[in-house]
Amino acid sequence: MRNAAAQARRSALTLAAFAASATLLLAGTWLATHQQVAANEAATRAALLAQALPAGSFDNNLATSAVPLPAAIAQQLAQRDAANVYLARRNGQLSGVVLEAAAANGYGGRIELLVGIARDGTVQGVRVVSHRETPGLGDYIDLAVSPWARQFAGKPATSRWAVKKDGGDTDYVSGATISARAVSAAVARCSDYYRTAQARLLQGQP
Amino acid sequence: MSNTPSVWQDIARKGLWQQNAGLVQLLGLCPVLAISNNVVNALALGLATTLVTALSSATVSSVRHWVPHTIRNPVFIMIIASLVTCVDLAMNAWLHELYLVLGIFIPLITTNCIVMARAEAFASRQPVREAAWDGAMMGLGLTGVLVALGALRELLGKGTLLAGADKLLGPAGQQLTLHLAGADYQFLLMLLPPGAFLGLALLIAGKNVLDARARQRAAAATYPAPDAEASPAP
Repeated sequence: MRNAAAQARRSALTLAAFAASATLLLAGTWLATHQQVAANEAATRAALLAQALPAGSFDNNLATSAVPLPAAIAQQLAQRDAANVYLARRNGQLSGVVLEAAAANGYGGRIELLVGIARDGTVQGVRVVSHRETPGLGDYIDLAVSPWARQFAGKPATSRWAVKKDGGDTDYVSGATISARAVSAAVARCSDYYRTAQARLLQGQP
Repeated sequence: MSNTPSVWQDIARKGLWQQNAGLVQLLGLCPVLAISNNVVNALALGLATTLVTALSSATVSSVRHWVPHTIRNPVFIMIIASLVTCVDLAMNAWLHELYLVLGIFIPLITTNCIVMARAEAFASRQPVREAAWDGAMMGLGLTGVLVALGALRELLGKGTLLAGADKLLGPAGQQLTLHLAGADYQFLLMLLPPGAFLGLALLIAGKNVLDARARQRAAAATYPAPDAEASPAP
């Protein structure tokens, strides 16, 4: 009996020692990488933000122009409790907005988007921030994989946003319609919101 | 230690060919089937798996005398999971573009059976250097299968090779991409999961054919056909 207890104690202590060293290793790696990771994510985000509107259409720093959307609107556009709108200005005048949007109904779950809309309501750019679509199949919505997302640039607010299969104008890749459908619907929600909120947004009030 | 070079060669031969993780042991099929739709992703995931397998085998081997037999599995799993998380963080920091592509598959290296299998079957009984070498060779064997399958599927499915090489090698990689078919060419079956099964089946069949030929040649060399020796010179 005593022997078994001693053995159990030894096992527990060994396991605890390994857990402690694994924790140290992970903490060290996190310390060594977290700044770089945060910088990468900020850089990716800033680059995507700048791409959502045409270069030269704004002269302020988009990344610092964030204004939180009201909770109901955030729920509607990004399907979460908090989301931002970035206000693009040229010569002090509002020249467009970039909305944080999301489609919860992607094939692999949430697709986080940035949707740029010019002052007149024209959609200027759609960029995928993160997604879990099938690599090599549904991931064509990501500009790093294919130029699919460019088709939204310059589309007026009155466009038929649905994919062609559903009677709209949006191209899609057969076999992976769900991804295109989810993104198109999210863009449509942004466009509708801008149309109804344009007057307030021009005052900087989402 | 009286290891002759042949021990190292033997480990390498087993890892790369005779007991190949992807073609013979059929371990780690989840990433093999899921990520092998182009060469660059396959190569990147294969190398990450190789790094984890080599590191975990070396670590497991170096602590093998202190781990009581009864709790060896939890300890091995903890070691493997920690190492995978380190690789995950490091790739997120220094290979961010590729990290965005491989996404969920990096953490899933933890569940790749080949890592645990080598820890249990080899590293827990062998010295550190042999264990690390075995892990690296097993990983490279799997990488070879991944790349071959990736090349097959990318070529037949999209008509390209090495698409997206810039994610691995920087801007210079863009020139490496080969376009061997029209831009709108696509053979969806090869890109979808069934293509991975079909491709893997072809690779396994190919290996079996090569092995059978090698056995025949070896048999012919040991027992030469009687008429081959007896045939008189013309």
